[in-house]
Amino acid sequence: SDSASIKPKDRCIEKILVANRGEIACRIMRTAKRLGIQTVAVYSDADKDSLHVKSADEAVRIGPPSARLSYLSGATIMEAASRTGAQAIHPGYGFLSESSDFAQLCEDSGLTFIGPPASAIRDMGDKSASKRIMGAAGVPLVPGYHGHEQDIDHMKSEAEKIGYPIIIKPTHGGGGKGMRIVQSEKDFADSFLGAQREAAASFGVNTILLEKYITRPRHIEVQIFGDKHGNVLHLYERDCSVQRRHQKIIEEAPAPNISEKFRANLGQAAVSAARAVGYYNAGTVEFIVDTESDQFYFMEMNTRLQVEHPVTEMIVGQDLVEWQIRVANGEPLPINQSEVPMSGHAFEARIYAENVPKGFLPATGVLNHYRPVAVSPSVRVETGVEQGDTVSMHYDPMIAKLVVWGGNRGEALVKLKDCLSNFQVAGVPTNINFLQKLASHKEFAVGNVETHFIEHHKSDLFADESNPAATEVAYKAVKHSAALVAACISTIEHSAWNESSHGKLPSIWYSHPPFRVHHEAKQTIEIEWNNECEGAGSNLISLGVISRPDGSYLIQEGNDSPSLEVRVTREGKCNFRVEAAGLSMNVSLAAYLKDCYKHIHIWHGSEHHQFKQKVGIEFSEDEEGVQHRTSSETSSHPPGTIVAPMAGLVVKVLVENEAKVDQGQPVLVLEAMKMEHVVKAPSSGSIQDLKVKAGQQVSDGSALFRIKG
Amino acid sequence: GTDSRPDPFRFFRGLQKGFCVGVLPDGVDRNSEAFSSNSIAMEGILSELRSHIKKVLAGGGEEAVKRNRSRNKLLPRERIDRLLDPGSSFLELSQLAGHELYEEPLPSGGIITGIGPIHGRLCMFMANDPTVKGGTYYPITIKKHLRAQEIAARCRLPCIYLVDSGGAYLPKQAEVFPDKENFGRVFYNESVMSSDGIPQIAIVLGSCTAGGAYIPAMADESVMVKGNGTIFLAGPPLVKFLENVKLNEKAFEQAATGEEVSAEDLGGATVHCTVSGVSDYFAQDELHGLAIGRNIVKNLHMAAKQGMEGTFGSKNLVYKEPLYDINELRSIAPVDHKQQFDVRSIIARIVDGSEFDEFKKQYGTTLVTGFARIYGQTVGIIGNNGILFNESALKGAHFIELCSQRKIPLVFLQNITGFMVGSRAEANGIAKAGAKMVMAVSCAKVPKITIITGASFGAGNYAMCGRAYSPDFMFIWPNARIGIMGGAQVNHTEPKCLNRNHTESKYVYNLISSAAGVLTQIERATKKRQGIKWTEEEEEAFKKKTVDAYEREANPYFSTARLWDDGVIDPCDTRKVLGLCLSAASNRPLEDTRFGVFRM
Repeated sequence: SDSASIKPKDRCIEKILVANRGEIACRIMRTAKRLGIQTVAVYSDADKDSLHVKSADEAVRIGPPSARLSYLSGATIMEAASRTGAQAIHPGYGFLSESSDFAQLCEDSGLTFIGPPASAIRDMGDKSASKRIMGAAGVPLVPGYHGHEQDIDHMKSEAEKIGYPIIIKPTHGGGGKGMRIVQSEKDFADSFLGAQREAAASFGVNTILLEKYITRPRHIEVQIFGDKHGNVLHLYERDCSVQRRHQKIIEEAPAPNISEKFRANLGQAAVSAARAVGYYNAGTVEFIVDTESDQFYFMEMNTRLQVEHPVTEMIVGQDLVEWQIRVANGEPLPINQSEVPMSGHAFEARIYAENVPKGFLPATGVLNHYRPVAVSPSVRVETGVEQGDTVSMHYDPMIAKLVVWGGNRGEALVKLKDCLSNFQVAGVPTNINFLQKLASHKEFAVGNVETHFIEHHKSDLFADESNPAATEVAYKAVKHSAALVAACISTIEHSAWNESSHGKLPSIWYSHPPFRVHHEAKQTIEIEWNNECEGAGSNLISLGVISRPDGSYLIQEGNDSPSLEVRVTREGKCNFRVEAAGLSMNVSLAAYLKDCYKHIHIWHGSEHHQFKQKVGIEFSEDEEGVQHRTSSETSSHPPGTIVAPMAGLVVKVLVENEAKVDQGQPVLVLEAMKMEHVVKAPSSGSIQDLKVKAGQQVSDGSALFRIKG
Repeated sequence: GTDSRPDPFRFFRGLQKGFCVGVLPDGVDRNSEAFSSNSIAMEGILSELRSHIKKVLAGGGEEAVKRNRSRNKLLPRERIDRLLDPGSSFLELSQLAGHELYEEPLPSGGIITGIGPIHGRLCMFMANDPTVKGGTYYPITIKKHLRAQEIAARCRLPCIYLVDSGGAYLPKQAEVFPDKENFGRVFYNESVMSSDGIPQIAIVLGSCTAGGAYIPAMADESVMVKGNGTIFLAGPPLVKFLENVKLNEKAFEQAATGEEVSAEDLGGATVHCTVSGVSDYFAQDELHGLAIGRNIVKNLHMAAKQGMEGTFGSKNLVYKEPLYDINELRSIAPVDHKQQFDVRSIIARIVDGSEFDEFKKQYGTTLVTGFARIYGQTVGIIGNNGILFNESALKGAHFIELCSQRKIPLVFLQNITGFMVGSRAEANGIAKAGAKMVMAVSCAKVPKITIITGASFGAGNYAMCGRAYSPDFMFIWPNARIGIMGGAQVNHTEPKCLNRNHTESKYVYNLISSAAGVLTQIERATKKRQGIKWTEEEEEAFKKKTVDAYEREANPYFSTARLWDDGVIDPCDTRKVLGLCLSAASNRPLEDTRFGVFRM
């Protein structure tokens, strides 16, 4: 851009307070640093030693772990800004980013809020108000009828206007009660009357609304940007269709399988939406796209920088945080709409600490081993954690965003899969394996994405225990990995003892192979495979490791199976080059101790497996990673005990001790990371030892109550 | 990857072979008849050895092993493996103890012993094999246990007792119980070693009945495994006990008191760790128990000075491998003991860089003496190259005195048919010369390790540090023969003396008497005196019987079954075994040697 055209404000921002945590705080500070702007971090007690604190020039404690008392406490944050002399506040996403009150508070205190005007946040924050404004501005809305006239014939004609299929919803209530999908005119009357009755019975009010039912919806959003001079442009769209629990997990830009015309229309609609509220700074307009009709409809506008903004940055080659700061400084946008470049294709995969088989429940724990992929101009890793950090129950369990760019979608997808298979996390369960399966799905490869993608393809995406052939193949791969683990462990242990005893004993005591009189030394390694499938339990694999004079190992599973010849070259603390049955490959290993088990993870090719090995009380000092012993007593609970499926806050306790419950009856409600989870009685009986109360924090696996049958 | 780079030391190595002092020549003629016939014969000998070993490693047989596994118990060698530092070596002793010694097989004598490191500290392991006669003590079991303790005491090695035994084998109680070197000595040794600061650690992994109970009770620290480990002095009725050790627990429940008491309640880990205090550490299972055992060793603090100056005291042990193929020892090892070979061809294959600095090379040539290193550990080597003459015996005594003075461990490579005899030798005082060497060997306080590579006959066995001279370790090659005289050498007609230039060579033939020959001569003389006619057939039969008996008793398996040595080893393991033994033997501070009165 032409520097002469930039008219800077009297006083440019020299110090920014980032009112956020984790990867987005780090991301904002990175750009600020590049621009020579000083940064101030704020942190709760839980984040005292976290990466975003270390990344900032200054850091201010703002309260206890609970977000309500720290990251959501506007007054405390304002105080931190004034104390450190920051002129601007960047809210990131989440927390206070969409609080118009906070934006207003900044404006009133003479601080620059790096974001849209408070009025725009307010307008877009109210769902029905925003729809009214958008409708007036000519932005397409999901066709529907929200009127007071409830006569059946009138409703029927409204349905006709919308076009089948339609969805009938009671205006009050929720939980799917009274909701009907109507495929054609002939079913309308029955469904309508049924819905009315049900609504009256459930909610006391029988008013109904109609909306177009979108059978195969896609979630496409447009990145827009405005400055304080009235310029608004869009930076193309992102497809965020692939979601679980209504949260995005893979995003991409541009959206696959849409025409240039569609793209232009979408962009134009987004710009119109922004203009309608006098928008400036970064924003995102979300649309729902009907893949059957190729129509798009406005859903909502996010008045902040989105989590998935990097995919846009990758294809347009711009730094959106830099734009945000420039706009906040009063500068005009550096380019106009026709100058917005678009090159290649980008994906973002969100790596979460979560329990995929348990319905993607958030997980907590220590990142005993954390090695993201190497970054390059086409690979970005946005992260706010380091090895040894704890993923706590207080905040979002996202570990990192993996962003890759390729010349086209195919190239980008290849890179995504490769990076996912090399992204190493051990200590907490993650969704990496699941993301790999998603990215490898043939429908995903051709861009057939839609919001029900995971649900529609669940048989491919989740391991199916009922398929013995597939299980057999999978187990064979696991056993092969187990053999590699055994060889690598033997190599590590051997060199560890050799080194630690060096100078104390002649090396012959640690020669390879270990000396035995008239027989081969055979080490038995027993490891359990941690099957990720829910309820599958673990499989014990017993391996005999024989050291051979040529330095290789013979690995034998059981007594009769053929042995595998494995040769290991150690290339780093956890990296190995392993040759097994003539095939040589890179292998990484991570091991950490937890609950009297040594947990071992192995990565090779696109495989990642985890095992655990029982250890006595003796712990070797040179273990990789962080030693972390939780107080979890999982194994010592009496039978019938129900444990917390995730760490979180007990919101409600629905029954009392000694109460009789039926199977499936809700007992208590847990909440963690925006998610409510109802804990139900697994069987009928009476509740015993119910020790938790509403408002109490519980850790993963801790006892909640017991059912006595 | 493959190493295709040119060897930068090739030039120097070439030089060494030609000119350098100390590097031994290859010394083996691979085309010779002896070389090929020895290798063929050795193949047969080793396959026989392997078949013996295979049986021994299987312990008490499939049934017993299965029963053991069903109780969540590991086999004794597996237990040791899990105590050892992962991937470390283990020098097992006397694997073939008890071989064909009793009516019934007694694999490894019912106890596994050996040396290996835990947390970088060498320990002596003594593990009962519960699959062999319930881990009970036969006379040879006790002998093996005591021998392990003897080595531990001498080398100051912490003792790890892996106890799983039904106590003494009662039918042989007379040979097991009362004598000085019987069962009681085990506890005596434990006490004395403990008083000497050598840690005594017991891990109770199975039953520990009657006498066996004292092993953990006498230990400095003991671990007990819940469920499997039991200690009690008063056992069930002897008969039932003998019938089946497995019945042990059941029988106990029906004991005279009539109370329903389980073995666990009576003498289990809970009782002994919480009430009686007989045991110190409570283990949830075997793996836990073994892990505790490792931790105990980790926490040992032996204030006594460890290691010898000048052997491997230096921090960085860099050594060269021998220049020649060690596997060729299998072809060098003589099967026919009349056949002589140069002991230097063995030395060249077992010492670092094949470097051997010979002492008194041109004097008393039937004894080879010199300095070398084995895995960086300095040693003085004494090897036989023929029978011992006056000069060779004097040279041997001189060399032993030298090594004792300088505290250099001694390695004896035995292949000896005896001392020179005959009028001239006697007149020269061969007995006096031999006595000097025997005196030197007896009194030398440096570590001594003996390997019998071929013949070990007569007083040669003594002068070359046979069992009676308390070598720290003693191993035997499977081709070797040991006895007061050779058995088979009855028919040779030509003197086979290596050194034909030797002035006394003509005496050799007449004076190397063979046992059978001597006995036959005596018998013939007796018959003649009594006027009994002895036919040629009768004489042959007599000779054969004598030869057979000698052959049987001179056999290395006969020796090793009775613990006349610490084990039979494959010749190509010699370097490794020596290396391990030297380091174990150097685990103690060395005393000064004081010799007795040398007859001058």
